[in-house]
This record gives sequence, structure tokens and C-alpha cells, in this order.
Amino acid sequence: MNRREFIKIAGVGAGSLAFATPLFDFSKEEILAPDAHPGMYSKRTPTYCEICFWKCAGWVHTNDKGQIWKITGNNDDPHSNGRLCPRGTGGVGMYTDEDRLKTPLIRTGERGKQVFREATWDEAFTYIADGLKKIAEEHGPECVALFTHGSGGKYFGDLIKAYGSKNIAAPSYAQCRGPREVGFIATYGEGVQSPERVDIRDTRCLVLIGSHFGENMHNGPVQEIAQATGKGATIITVDPRFSTVASKSKFWLPIKPATDMALLLAWMHVIINEDLYDKEYIEKYAYGFEDLKAHVAQMTPEWAYGITTIKPEVIRETAREMANASPRVIVHPGRHVTWYGDDTQRLRAVAMLNALLGSWGRRGGYYYPAKVSFKSFPHPAFPKPARSWKDAFPGKYKLAGLALASGICDATVPSSERDCSFKGWIVNGTNLIHTLPNQENTLKAIDALDLMVVIDTMPMEITGYADVILPECTYLERYDNIRVGPHREPTIALRMPAAKPKYNTKPAWWMAKGIAEKMGLGHYFAWKDIEEKLEWELKQVGSSLEEMKRLGVKKFQRDDDDPLYPMEDLDDFEFYTNTGKIELYSTAMEDEGYDPLPKYTAHEEPPYGYYRLIYGRAPMHTFSRTANNPNLTDLMDENSVWVNPKVAQEWDLKNGQYLWLENQDGVVSKTPIKVRITERIRFDSVYMVHGFGHTNNKLTRAYGRGASDADLITKVHIDPVMGGTGMRGNFVTFRFEAGKELSS
Amino acid sequence: MRYAMAVDTQKCVGCNDCVVACQTENDVPIGHCRDWIVEVTTGTYPDLGLEIRSERCNHCANAPCVRTCPTEASHYAAGGIVLVEEDECIGCKACITSCPYDARFIHPEGYVDKCTFCIHRVEKGQNPACVSVCPTHAMIFGNLDDPNSDISKAMATRKWKSLIPEAGTEPKVFYLL
Ligand code: SF4
Ligand code: SF4
Ligand code: SF4
Repeated sequence: MNRREFIKIAGVGAGSLAFATPLFDFSKEEILAPDAHPGMYSKRTPTYCEICFWKCAGWVHTNDKGQIWKITGNNDDPHSNGRLCPRGTGGVGMYTDEDRLKTPLIRTGERGKQVFREATWDEAFTYIADGLKKIAEEHGPECVALFTHGSGGKYFGDLIKAYGSKNIAAPSYAQCRGPREVGFIATYGEGVQSPERVDIRDTRCLVLIGSHFGENMHNGPVQEIAQATGKGATIITVDPRFSTVASKSKFWLPIKPATDMALLLAWMHVIINEDLYDKEYIEKYAYGFEDLKAHVAQMTPEWAYGITTIKPEVIRETAREMANASPRVIVHPGRHVTWYGDDTQRLRAVAMLNALLGSWGRRGGYYYPAKVSFKSFPHPAFPKPARSWKDAFPGKYKLAGLALASGICDATVPSSERDCSFKGWIVNGTNLIHTLPNQENTLKAIDALDLMVVIDTMPMEITGYADVILPECTYLERYDNIRVGPHREPTIALRMPAAKPKYNTKPAWWMAKGIAEKMGLGHYFAWKDIEEKLEWELKQVGSSLEEMKRLGVKKFQRDDDDPLYPMEDLDDFEFYTNTGKIELYSTAMEDEGYDPLPKYTAHEEPPYGYYRLIYGRAPMHTFSRTANNPNLTDLMDENSVWVNPKVAQEWDLKNGQYLWLENQDGVVSKTPIKVRITERIRFDSVYMVHGFGHTNNKLTRAYGRGASDADLITKVHIDPVMGGTGMRGNFVTFRFEAGKELSS
Repeated sequence: MRYAMAVDTQKCVGCNDCVVACQTENDVPIGHCRDWIVEVTTGTYPDLGLEIRSERCNHCANAPCVRTCPTEASHYAAGGIVLVEEDECIGCKACITSCPYDARFIHPEGYVDKCTFCIHRVEKGQNPACVSVCPTHAMIFGNLDDPNSDISKAMATRKWKSLIPEAGTEPKVFYLL
């Protein structure tokens, strides 16, 4: 019986009774749900989603034939609250996608040309093990780096640590949230972390600077914003684009791009000068208030108006709106914050503004997350590497807390200044060609490698450059490590296979262990299989695989001496900063030679006829990762370039026409993009959704659809504090033919 | 019993979760959908408005699709839900032409398909798939005849509209404003 038939039968049979006696109450669905699960024809298996880092826990439902039917949220999960986002719901498409990588491949042609031969797992492992050993002998194991995004990275991380390298980089740091972590650590001694520790649920005022929740479908915040506004919270959105969330905001500040710092400083000026700050809180917890006061004394709303184009009275009114809600106010730090190269300083300003409003450590502001202390299966101590990624750029980016994907990429390009460049890359689940700015540089680096291994579920641009491709099964077909994410209450979540891996694909743990064994490093992976490992680990926290298979998510109690809102519940609090206080004036920044108080610097403006390239997200896609997903491409299969009607008129553009974009360095998009004429974008900018314009023809749905913003990001403004790659300083113009010069 | 749905345009962010949830729940073939998102922008920069709606069959109380169906495949089921009996549908498209909301499509297997209000779930006391998955809780499903149902309460306290009321179809999907 297929599902359609089942629905028909259910519609005729059991139905009439239920209709006659409506025993149910739709508002109480959560309570009824466990019984109502259609056990008759479907089985559910716990998982946590892998489509973005939010890692929502859910259930995979399989039909009577054992085929995956649908994925739903787990009601006990604080990340999803029982509801997945569209990508999580459409995760089924990751499994059904017929373009998946199907078997190990070894390159036979030139790099980038996608010419491979099929190989056995044993051949592939031998190739990798030999390559790694050769690099270790000739250059030392420190010359190998792992780039990773996603769960499998843990196993490959252990593999390269066992091998003797600790160069593990996630593009999510230097290309995304790094400046935020550093800016907040410099201020509070602690980062914002992931999932973000923002108490949106209970806030009264949420300030978003360039964050476009709703389009950026991070599940938790999107749910909580709806919840908070339902209770009367106001939103202030700062964005040159009328984003979805701008349309739900009480105040939308259509700021001139690249000027946010001036607005932040003016807000602090108003809050200090109108005596709106939380005096008791500042007195008790903050260091350097008088310095800050003097610093922003001249930074009036009138001053900021000339820079931001936001009217002085609007700057004052919004500052008062925040102060009225204080301390239940969140000036949100955002996530992708690598914009202009002074990003750590901008995020410092955000952190400081929150401090003035007294929101850190308070309900409706920033909470203190808790997580289960979780022991990993024991392994021998990893060897101590002689060098680390930091040695590749001495004296620079001194506050970088994590390895810089872009920095490692740069240090792979051979140079006479270094005694050793990187020689081997293991790339797990991240399409570096689209993720790292400045593709030309990335390709130069790849060209210089002795070994490049790519692990992915899908063919991507990056897989074309690999020497060996290892096809991973999707998250719906595998176990992974237990999810131990920090949140309001500690939880753990299990991912287990809901179906057998399709094709000749394997889980990351199996690959990493197999390669380790080939290299004589098997003792670092001393478990028989993943179930034995997870069973041991779960036992340490008083659970078991059997229990977790049943629950999916298990909740734990917070420790009594670890309150959610320490600035409300504790008498004293010592911050992990040099002074033990919230540092409005940063001693750490000063010590390393950076500005202890953030300054406004003017950024480059678009030349005549050019527009600032702004990029963002669509709710149904996570970058390249979902670009070919049949369910999700069905919702959106190409991006468009948003153009203000006035600009469109000037260029005589028509809605729906295709054109090419050319940037300030003469780089033209590889593929054409559709024009969307809309009032929702400022006249000095254009906007496009990131993650399209794929050039790998093995992606049958994504190939050639839309254009890639990454192609056009050739100018990068590096954050001197931590090496973040500012990518919003690129400008584009329109081109009506590929490759030829245009007269306008 | 009168089943109805209210979509809160203040909450909906147009994420399409309702669309993909319907697709997996009901095995809607790729390339088709039973519900969809409409975005309407008004004004000029920077005085702008945006309304986002999750739309689907309105389960009209006075449904032209039911009236025009020559085989009675399109019919009212319990609670006023408008359904198509696949086996009786001859694929003549009379209903598709008469529906002012473009809510119907020809399923690749030859019959006409559209939103069923997930009657198979509703009968078990569950919300329709779209409602149960919506991250912003933008949709309310329930019985209009029960004054204490969430939907009746929302309709009583909030401003709302329905689509193309002048068509006289008496839609039962409402948009909270
Ligand atoms: S937010 Fe969406 S994509 Fe991210 S983990 Fe949750 S369900 Fe998956
Ligand atoms: S799932 Fe909810 S928020 Fe998303 S488009 Fe549908 S109704 Fe709107
Ligand atoms: S919306 Fe269209 S298909 Fe649905 S009941 Fe009304 S007329 Fe029929």
C-alpha cells in the first residue's frame, strides 16, 4: 500500500467516528502528539538536523517499506521546540538526491577538471595514508590542515590530531562569526557562542543590525521573535534592505551601508548623555565608563546623521526605546559579521551598548548557557605538534581564538617568507571555492598541495579539485557524536540511522577510523564501532543508547550554583577579563596594540555606476549544502539580483531579465543572474542570496542556476585583530553580455 | 463542525516550511504544491509595507469547484472540507478553471489534486502538517462552530480578511492582519 492509498482508507474508515465525537483539541496538539503518531504505518528514529549548525533534534519517519517519509521536530528539544525549519523539513531531499556522491573516487585528470576513476574504500584509504605519511616525512605533519563544517569534522579532527597536526579550521570562524566572539570576549570575557545565548523569548526590545531573521532561518531565534512580538516586544531593524524582519519592526532604519559603527557610537552617546544607562549595573560590573563617556562625547546623533543618513530624532527615539525596555533588551550581535575589516571593533561596540543597557546576564537579554559535561571515549594523548597555524602569520591577528580557514589558505600558497607552507588539506563538508573569498587565491593554494582529500555527500565545486573524494552518507543514514549543545537547559541528543546508507557511501566515523588504522594510528579510535563508543559515553552521563533511541533528546538539570541570569541571581560576579569586570575600555585590546575603544572609520564607497554588493540568505537554503536538494530547489532554484526601481530605470532594466555582474576588479560573474526590481533595496546597493551559481555540472538541479556572490568577492578587508575576512567592500555593475565590454 | 484556518500575516515570515511539510506529508510530487507563499510589497523606499501569506485551497463553503465538477469527484466532506475523490476524477479540469484561487493542479497520475486540510491528520486530532510545522506558529486550525476554539477567538479579537470575497465563494482560510 502506498501512502496515497493509506490516506484514502483513513479518510473513509476511522474518520467518521472522530468527526462525530471531537475528543481532541487542536491547541493541545503537543500533548496528544505521542499517541497520535501514526505507529500503524510508520516508525520514527531520532536524529538531529545537519542542514545548519543549529542542529535541531527531530524524528525521521519511515514508512512500512522502510523508506524515509518525513522529518519532524522533537517536542523536548530546546533548539527546535518540536518544529523544524523548511530546510530541516526538506532534509529528506538530501537522502533522495540522485546526484549524490556514490562511491570513492581518485582523480585521474587535471585538478578542477572533474576526471576521476571509481575506487574501493581500501584503495582510497591507502592513497590517503601514503600521501599523509609522505607529507609527514618531508615537511612534518603540521603541514596538513583540516577544513570542516558539520558533524563529521570531529572524527577527522581526531585523525589529524593523532597524526600530529592541530590545524583545524572552520570557515564559520574567520568568514563568519569570529569577530563577534572576539569582540564579546574582549568585553565580557566570554563569547556569544552557538546557538547564540540571546534570551529573545523574554525580551521587550530586539535590535537587529543587518541580521535578517526569517530569511536567515535559524530556527530558535525565528520562533522566539514571533513569540516575543506576540507578547508586545518591539523590533528595531537596521538594514539598507527592507528585509522580512524589517517589515515586522516598529522601527526600520534604512542605513547607508558600511556606517553601522557611527550609529552604534551615537546610540551610546544618547544613552550616556540622556542618563538612560543602567547606573547600578555599570557601577557594579563595568570598567572604563568614564573613558567611554569621554570617547563618545562628540559623537552626537547629528554627527551620525551625516554618515548614516539616519535622522537624529530617529537615533534618539530608538535609543530611548531600548532604554525603556532595559534590561530586557537585546542588541543582537548577528552571526555573519565579517563585513568591512573593522568588525571586531563594531562587535565590541555592540557588546558595550548591551552593557550600558544592563542586558548581559539578565532575563530578556543575554543568558548564561549550560551544557552537560560530556566525556569522550578515552584515547591516548595526542602527540604535541611542533608548530601550529598561528606560526604561519607571526605577530598578526593576535586575538584570533580559532584557526583561520582563510589564513591557512594563504599560508598554502608557496612563499619565500615561510619555511613551510601547507601541503595537505582534508576538506570535510565545506565548499571552500564558495566559502572563502578571493577564489583566485584559493585555486593557487590548491594548486600547490601535495594531497587534497574531500569528504562530502554531494559533488561540489571543491570536489573537482580533490585527489581523493570520500562519499559520506547523509545524516539520515548514520550515527554521529551525541549533540551536547549549550542552551538554557542542558540537553543531549542522538542521531542514528533511519535507513541504510544508499550507494557505496559511509559515515565519517568509519572513514576516519579506517584511515587511522591504515596509518597505524588505530589505537586512537579504540572502539569497535560507533555504537560501542556512544554507549560508553552515554553511560558516563547516566543514559544509554537504548534510552536515547526512545527519547531522542534528554534534558538535564542546571547546577544550582550556575544560574541562567547571574546578574539577577548572584551577589558577586567575576568576569573572565583582565579586570574581572565588563570591559567598556578593553585592556586586552590595548595590550595587543589595538584600539581599546572602538572608532568610526569611513569605508570605501561604490564608484560611479557601481553598487555595493550585499548578500544574504533565503529561508529554504543553507549555502551550497542545499543547492541541489530536490525538495528545496523546488521552492527556490535560482537567486536574483535585487535592484531599486530608480537604478533599474537608469539602466533600463526589466524585471526578470538576465544579466551578468562585474565587480570593481573587472571580475564578471560566471553565470548570468535574473533581475528583481524592488523597492526593498537601497539605491546604492544590490542584494543577492548566497549559495547559487554552481559550476559543477554534476549538480543537475543547481548547475548554472543563478550567480555566485563569492565569484565577485575579490577584495577582502582583513580584520587586524583576529584575521576575519571582511567581504562587504565589493561593488558591482551590470553587464549585458558575458565577457564583452559595456558602454553605459 | 466547520473547519477553518487563520494565517497570521504579522507572524508569517514566508519561510516555506508549510509548503515543504505539505509536500513530504502528502507525497506531493516535486514540481507541484498544495500550498504556496505570496509576498506583496507596497509603498516606495523607505516607506514600505510587506504582507506575506501562506495560501492554499480555501475550502469554500460555496465552492465553484464542487458545483462545476461533472462527476461529483469534488465534494464536501465532514466539517466542510472540500475534497477530490481521485478515482472519480476524470481530469476534465472544469474545477481548475472555476476556482478563483488557482488552488488545484493535475497530479501526474491524472487526477486533480489540492489541499485536503490534511484530513487524515485532522481525524486523528492532529493539526494539518503545515500548521504543525510552522516555526512562527503563524497558523491556527480549528472549528468555527466552537466559540472557544483558538480560531474563533482569534477571529473575534483580530482584524482579518479573506481573499477575493467578491467572488462569493465564502472562503474558510482567513488572514489575520
Ligand atoms: S534551523 Fe533548520 S536547518 Fe538548522 S538545524 Fe534546525 S531544522 Fe535544521
Ligand atoms: S511555515 Fe509559517 S512562517 Fe513559514 S511560510 Fe508557512 S505560514 Fe509562514
Ligand atoms: S479555493 Fe478553489 S479549490 Fe478550494 S474550495 Fe474554493 S474553489 Fe474549490
